[in-house]
Amino acid sequence: MSLPHEYTLNQGTSKKTIRSYVIGFVLSLLLTVTAFGLVELHVLGSSQLYVILGLLAISQLIVQTVCFIRLNTSRDGLWNLLPFLFALVIITILVGGSLWVMYNLNYNMM
Amino acid sequence: MSTHILNQHTAGSSIDKDVFGFWLYILSDCILFSVLFASFSVLHENVYGGVKIAELVNVRYVFLETMALLMSSFTCGLSVIEVYRNNRPKVIQWLLVTFLLGGIFIYMEVNEFISLYLEGHSWHGSAALSSFFTLVGTHGLHVTVGLFWMAILVIQFFVYGICPATYKRLSYLALFWAFLDIIWIFVFTIVYLMEVV
Repeated sequence: MSLPHEYTLNQGTSKKTIRSYVIGFVLSLLLTVTAFGLVELHVLGSSQLYVILGLLAISQLIVQTVCFIRLNTSRDGLWNLLPFLFALVIITILVGGSLWVMYNLNYNMM
Repeated sequence: MSTHILNQHTAGSSIDKDVFGFWLYILSDCILFSVLFASFSVLHENVYGGVKIAELVNVRYVFLETMALLMSSFTCGLSVIEVYRNNRPKVIQWLLVTFLLGGIFIYMEVNEFISLYLEGHSWHGSAALSSFFTLVGTHGLHVTVGLFWMAILVIQFFVYGICPATYKRLSYLALFWAFLDIIWIFVFTIVYLMEVV
């Protein structure tokens, strides 16, 4: 009914601790509330707000991958980190490329 | 015996191949979502004479959905930590809380979809609405699958207790659930908040 003592699951991630989860949860909560608060209060111009919302989302991505998924740069951790970074490169090319192409298409069709 | 099989490749510093394979699946799923985000970003203004997506969005409602999913991500982590402590009742308890919060999220999302549909803003309406429903719906489908998975895992923890197999399955589920919360960050930022700005 319980885990044998010699059993370990090497996920290549840091050990999940209460501390890491609480820190991740509080930071995510702050970033989320800030994002929704800024939109609700209309205190900023829309172009500034776009940039800030993007930065808040990217910060929360980093917070959750570090605190919840526990990616790290240790020897084993690199096994998870390198495919993650490669996926980010692919995503940047796909999304950036699509938007670039479609923007030019719209421009040239006008 | 099963422990022996599971441990056979932990010599040296090689990480567990199964979990690594699951991680690669998650990354490929991220690429799938990135394509849906790209199509939404291209099409979000093509409303075909209908109302803009901004006018269909209720920011406070989405905020509550976001809170439910974020809290479920946290409680899912707590159940993983209880596995380390070999505390089965707590593992099941936190998994049930996670299930409840995930259920609230899906209930709210389905509710939103149904009211949009009844108001005449269905996916047939325009390219913008099609891409909206595809992106948000695909995320919702993932969460629904995760909920079924979680329900089965709760039963397995009841029957088998904490053993290497259930521990491993919970590790997959926790990874999947964290990934869904990360995708949702970008859904609420790009689909909801940036539309309203």
